[in-house]
Amino acid sequence: MTDTTTTFKRMKDLPSTHLLGTGTPMCAGCGGLQALNEIYDVLGKNTVFVNAAGCMTLLSVYPFTPFRGSWLYTAMASAPAGAQGIRDALDILLQNKRISTKDDLDVVVLTGDGAAYGMGLSATSGAMERNLDFIYICYDNEGFANTGQQYSGATPHAARTATSTGKRGFIGDKKDLFSIWAAHKPTYLATVIGAEPLDLVRKIEKLKSLKGPRMIIALSPCPTGWDYDPKESIVIGKLAVKTGIWPLKEYVDGKITHTKLPHPRIPVEEYLKKQGRFAHLFKPQRNEELLVELQAKVDKYWEDIESV
Amino acid sequence: MNRTLLTGNGAAAWGARLARTDYIPAFPITPQTEIIETLANWIDNDEMSGRLVTLESEHSMITAAGAAAATGVRVFSATSSQGLLYAIEMLYNVAGWRTPFVLVNVSRGLSAPVTLEPDHNDIMATRDTGCLQIHCSTCQEVLDSTLMAFRISEDPRVRLPVIVNLDGFYLSFTREPVNLPDANTVKTFLPPQDSEAAVFRASSPTSQAMAVLGSSPYSYFRYETHLAVMNGLQVFDETANAFAEHFGRTYSAIDAYHCDDADIVFLMIGSFATKAKVAVDQLRAAGHSVGLVRPRLLRPFPTESLQNLLRGKKGVAVIDQNLSMGKGGVLHMEVASALYGQQNAPPVLLSFIGGLGGRDFTSEEFFEMEKLTRKAVETGEVPPPRLLYNSDELRQIRKLQAIAHVERKELSE
Repeated sequence: MTDTTTTFKRMKDLPSTHLLGTGTPMCAGCGGLQALNEIYDVLGKNTVFVNAAGCMTLLSVYPFTPFRGSWLYTAMASAPAGAQGIRDALDILLQNKRISTKDDLDVVVLTGDGAAYGMGLSATSGAMERNLDFIYICYDNEGFANTGQQYSGATPHAARTATSTGKRGFIGDKKDLFSIWAAHKPTYLATVIGAEPLDLVRKIEKLKSLKGPRMIIALSPCPTGWDYDPKESIVIGKLAVKTGIWPLKEYVDGKITHTKLPHPRIPVEEYLKKQGRFAHLFKPQRNEELLVELQAKVDKYWEDIESV
Repeated sequence: MNRTLLTGNGAAAWGARLARTDYIPAFPITPQTEIIETLANWIDNDEMSGRLVTLESEHSMITAAGAAAATGVRVFSATSSQGLLYAIEMLYNVAGWRTPFVLVNVSRGLSAPVTLEPDHNDIMATRDTGCLQIHCSTCQEVLDSTLMAFRISEDPRVRLPVIVNLDGFYLSFTREPVNLPDANTVKTFLPPQDSEAAVFRASSPTSQAMAVLGSSPYSYFRYETHLAVMNGLQVFDETANAFAEHFGRTYSAIDAYHCDDADIVFLMIGSFATKAKVAVDQLRAAGHSVGLVRPRLLRPFPTESLQNLLRGKKGVAVIDQNLSMGKGGVLHMEVASALYGQQNAPPVLLSFIGGLGGRDFTSEEFFEMEKLTRKAVETGEVPPPRLLYNSDELRQIRKLQAIAHVERKELSE
């Protein structure tokens, strides 16, 4: 990403105040809310957020909303279909000149990983297949956080969740939603994290100028679900990038580009040991085998990238 | 007025077309598919404006329908059976959003076992969603009810989805002569939507379907929706009057046939009630004082009209084409709750279950139901719900089972 394409050249170009209202019931240190704040500042108020069941459903509790624009809660499985209905209706109204272009809205789906990786995947696939002009933001806190962090399709290998409490934690692997979404050839697709705001706002700025399905997966450190002190959210977020656990990348025109290469990559252990959900890897004794396995997975990913 | 032969599905599609529908979220399912095929064909060949989008499920289809209606366009959709059930989570939701649109359901029995033929368990499952329900028995009624449904749905006192129900095969694929209302007259009967409603616009942001904390706002909104459905009683009558003025056809919330002087009355909904109508004629020819009531409107339930129609009757035979497992017919329960404790209410109310998966009713069965009801009137003893099935049908099933057993035995040797 070159500096000539963005108005966000350095940290001080970021907005100093947020558009999203304060006083929401999100947990202290919510990485999802941090990402949303940064995203909303760029997207602006001429938006309608279409939400699926999850933590952020509680952003808008009658009769209050932190959004300056519009909001529609749908259900867990079908937020992209809600976006389809609104987009189609706005297009019909614009086409028939029943509304002016000033009244048009960007339609933004906002769901957690439970909906994005699982129940809502079919509706998301359908929306992309129909080339729906919309933005999808998945705040990925790697579990069903709103119900107490049970494992989801986004939970990483070995993480302890409310439904994976054994010595090895979660025995499955985090689903590669980026690749699944990329296989649909959307207009734009990127991973972001609130702890890297410059990278994030540049991506949102870019997708805002495009049309068609524009997809964002925001890794969202979750003090409540991941079991760490809320003040550590930024540190953990930065470590997710520096260890290579959360690759920051984008997909445009069939090409995947990594937007922030972790050089030098620090050991994943630095990221894991900060979180209670991985404490069983270190206590009562080190689970060397599992730590090696986790490091190897990350190494393999980056070797494949760097060898290209 | 243009008279033509139309299937029930064709009539529903014409209703959507004449209503100048803007948006049709769709998903194919038998026996409804002809409706969306017809609409898609008109749109593709510029005979109709509007946009049809096939979603990836009925759940998404109803989400898109509600979301588009909440953005201020006129929406029509159609489904059947399993599709309706798949959509039910969203039917509750879009009613809660107070979005006006029309959904046609072409009734078909539910799995398992899977069947294509009609009964009413699908539509009965949506009874408590907050959607209004109009039941049709002819193709003309399908078209006219669809037009009326838009006006009722969009009335500011209602603002809720309205489901128009017709029976699969018996209506969906049956051609009947239908008067096509004049498009310009429809425009005066059904003007563009109310522009005062809150919709999604950049200049007037709105939040819809927000979460509530605590029971008080929850109860408040649930009661509001219930009261809006109840408003549908008056709005239906007003709409029916306006429809009669515009098109000369009159639809009451309950269709009554030879009811005034009857002492025994059949109660049925949908197209199979036309069979009961024939049976009433036959029974009357044989000297029996019999009538038929056929509720068109099931939600809101026209309690008072039903009480008035049935006051002083000796007995009622409620014929349900649905089965609430472990209890019986849904209509029977609804009618019982409307009549219980009312002065001069019919003292006996019999329950018959039939027509499941399109099973036919014979005249003999109507004669038998009348006889059993009259007997109950005389003795004061009401028999338990009767599941209509005859010895011939049972013999056929036994035969199939015997063949299957022989086959399995031979194959395993």
